[in-house]
Amino acid sequence: MLIYSIEVLKGIMCELIQCVVDIFRKKENDAAIKIQSWFRGCQIRAYIRYLHRAATIIQKQWRGYLGRQQYQVIVKLAYYTMKMNLYNAMAVRIQRRWRGYKIRKYCFNYYYLKEYLKAVSETNDAIREALEEFADMKEREEKKADLEREEKERDYQARKMHYLLSTKQIPGIYNSPFRKDPDPWELRLQKAKPLTHRGPNVKRKPCVSLSNWLACTSARSFPRSGILPPIDRKRCQGPFRDISEVLEQRYKPLEPTLRVAEPIDGLTEARAQLQKQECERNVNDNMFLPFSSYHKNKKYVPTMHLSSKYGPDAYGTQHFRDENPKRWICNKDFQTVLPSFDLFSKYGKMYSKAGQIV
Amino acid sequence: MSQRQVLQVFEQYQKARTQFVQMVAELATRPQNIETLQNAGVMALLRPLLLDVVPTIQQTAALALGRLANYKDDLAEAVVKGDILPQLVYSLAEQNRFYKKAAAFVLRAVGKHSPQLAQAVVDCGALDTLVICLEDFDPGVKEAAAWALGCIARHNAELSQAVVDAGAVPPLVLCIQEPEIALKRIAVSALSDTATHSPELAQTVVDAGVIAHLAQMILNPDAKLKRQVLSALSQIAKHSVDLAEMVVEAEIFPVVLTCLKDKDEYVKKNACTLIREIAKHTPELSQLIVNAGGVAAVIDCIGSCKGNIRLPGIMLLGYVAAHSENLAMAVIISKGVPQLSLCLSEEPEDHIKAAAAWALGHIGRHTPEHARAVAVTNTLPVLLSLYMSTESSEDLQMKSKKAIKNILQKCTYLPALEPFLYDAPPNILKHVVGQFSKVLPHDSKARRLFVTSGGLKKVQEIKAEPGSLLQEYINSINNCYPEEIVRYYSPGYSETLLQRVDSYQPLTN
Repeated sequence: MLIYSIEVLKGIMCELIQCVVDIFRKKENDAAIKIQSWFRGCQIRAYIRYLHRAATIIQKQWRGYLGRQQYQVIVKLAYYTMKMNLYNAMAVRIQRRWRGYKIRKYCFNYYYLKEYLKAVSETNDAIREALEEFADMKEREEKKADLEREEKERDYQARKMHYLLSTKQIPGIYNSPFRKDPDPWELRLQKAKPLTHRGPNVKRKPCVSLSNWLACTSARSFPRSGILPPIDRKRCQGPFRDISEVLEQRYKPLEPTLRVAEPIDGLTEARAQLQKQECERNVNDNMFLPFSSYHKNKKYVPTMHLSSKYGPDAYGTQHFRDENPKRWICNKDFQTVLPSFDLFSKYGKMYSKAGQIV
Repeated sequence: MSQRQVLQVFEQYQKARTQFVQMVAELATRPQNIETLQNAGVMALLRPLLLDVVPTIQQTAALALGRLANYKDDLAEAVVKGDILPQLVYSLAEQNRFYKKAAAFVLRAVGKHSPQLAQAVVDCGALDTLVICLEDFDPGVKEAAAWALGCIARHNAELSQAVVDAGAVPPLVLCIQEPEIALKRIAVSALSDTATHSPELAQTVVDAGVIAHLAQMILNPDAKLKRQVLSALSQIAKHSVDLAEMVVEAEIFPVVLTCLKDKDEYVKKNACTLIREIAKHTPELSQLIVNAGGVAAVIDCIGSCKGNIRLPGIMLLGYVAAHSENLAMAVIISKGVPQLSLCLSEEPEDHIKAAAAWALGHIGRHTPEHARAVAVTNTLPVLLSLYMSTESSEDLQMKSKKAIKNILQKCTYLPALEPFLYDAPPNILKHVVGQFSKVLPHDSKARRLFVTSGGLKKVQEIKAEPGSLLQEYINSINNCYPEEIVRYYSPGYSETLLQRVDSYQPLTN
């Protein structure tokens, strides 16, 4: 018993020691594992960090490259736009000057129009004055003629009534003694020569005197403008060019290109003008409405009633089958294909009081 | 019975005939007797007396027939049916001057009523004899013959052609140069009636050299002659540009303008008609008239007349202004527009008002300057009221509508446009709002005035279909103003404000 008891004791001691040591060993193993894993983790994280940094640098460079490309494009575009704007502005300046020059020189002279209108209004005033004078003159002449006619009448009357003149013995009717002065008729009668016997009735035709007529028929009476140069002008000395050539060059007419000859929107303006002219003549402003069937292009879809071969039923038919059995297709009755729905199946069977309403 | 008794019977008969014919001739001068005479069968009795032996009876019978035919056209037809005309024409060739005068009078009296009767006169060969009478010595015969030819030529172109083919024009031109005023008048009137109908006839008359004589006769002091002369010249000038130019080359300007100051109304009217017929052909002729100061003279003439006399003058202004904008400006500076608007407001007749509206439309339609000149005189409201009134005739309504439309399309004078916002019908309102939308974006003072005068408020109240032109104009006007102001003036804004007050919950702290 003692022999193997040492071995047993050894064995038992070893086991005891192993138990105690095992726990330590496990602990230390675990600790070592933890340390190693932590360290490995740090290593790998550092590596990954390094990789991230590298990737970031690459991406940064690449994005910078792309952005710079884009920026170049934008700058080019902006530069191009700036140049075109400048050119357009300069072209507008040139066109403005040219159009102004062309209109002023070849098409329409504003100052000439102003002068013309001034001249017209001056002519109008002159004509109005002249006509007023003419009318006054005619009136005066008429009045004078009237007065003369009346004088002649009165003279004639006086000559007819010469016998009413007063004598020394008998005062005439126009020379009443109760008056201070004799009547003017009395004086007229004194001056009148007695009428002789009437001769044959001579009708004197009214004669038209030349002095009554206005004498401004010739165009030369109207003022003429423009002085011609004197005929005997001496030629200027010197090697001058031929005058006709110079004048030809100076007053050369404009030969515009087709592009310039008409304004750039001439077509639209002409269209607008034509439209306005036609619009003036229109009686009615409204546009003509389109023909009413123009948009009716949908195909006609007939209703079920019309598309079936059995025809519509009169309203209020209570049977779906024909009442005449001879016209039935088959002898069997109709089948219900659809189930009847339970509208009233829950009637009176709800649990709550509120359901009683159902 | 003795010879003397036999002769006495004849003398009695002759006296009876003479007395009968003289009494009938005298009774025929009074219109009330003519019915009775007709019923008593006077035509049948006068007919054999035309062939009487005694010349005096013939003449008096012809005179009585002429007076009867002059009065009514069925009596004239009875003359034609009774085959009296060939006898007259035959004896025209050989009798003395009194008979010729009476016979020509009968032909005139028959020919003046209708073209058919005039054709009947022509068919019995009267034209040749009348032309022969035109070359007679006695001015009375010439006058009667010329008058008859004029009455025949007046009706239509075929009869005028027949008169011209009979060779009547050269003797008529000679008659014009005679010293007697009555003969001159009648000859000019006959030539004018001939030249009226067609350009070829007018050319034939002009080829006989008549224009120079007519141009000289404008200066004659006799009013009736002047009437006829001016009418003749206008009938010649109205057909074509060449004839009008020929009339102008006879140097009638500025002498014609003195006729515009004549006392006789019809001389003024015919002078205006002549100027109008010349002006309406081409812009160059209108410019000639403007340069001679004709427009001012015509405007003064319009001012001094009333009624139908004004009508040719108004039409002249319209024609001159229609040719070009420079001429329209010339009409404006001659102070034509106030005169025309006066005519528009004070004339009672619709056709004169229509002519004035037409003329104003042509003056104002060229450029904004012209439209402003018309709008300043406050004519546009008058035109609008004429368009809207139910009493105006259709022609007047149409012309005033066109005039308003044409002037509004160019008018940028906003004070004149504002009243239109309130009482214009929708089709005119569209143009008015369009004009506002063109002017307001560029003028800040106008924008301010538009708001303060209540125009913006009115524009908001206008209902327009979305997408229509009117809505676009309203939108462009609204874009000129800040949003609050547009909302402030929109209709129903006070209600929306009050609703917001109702629905607002005050913050309770």
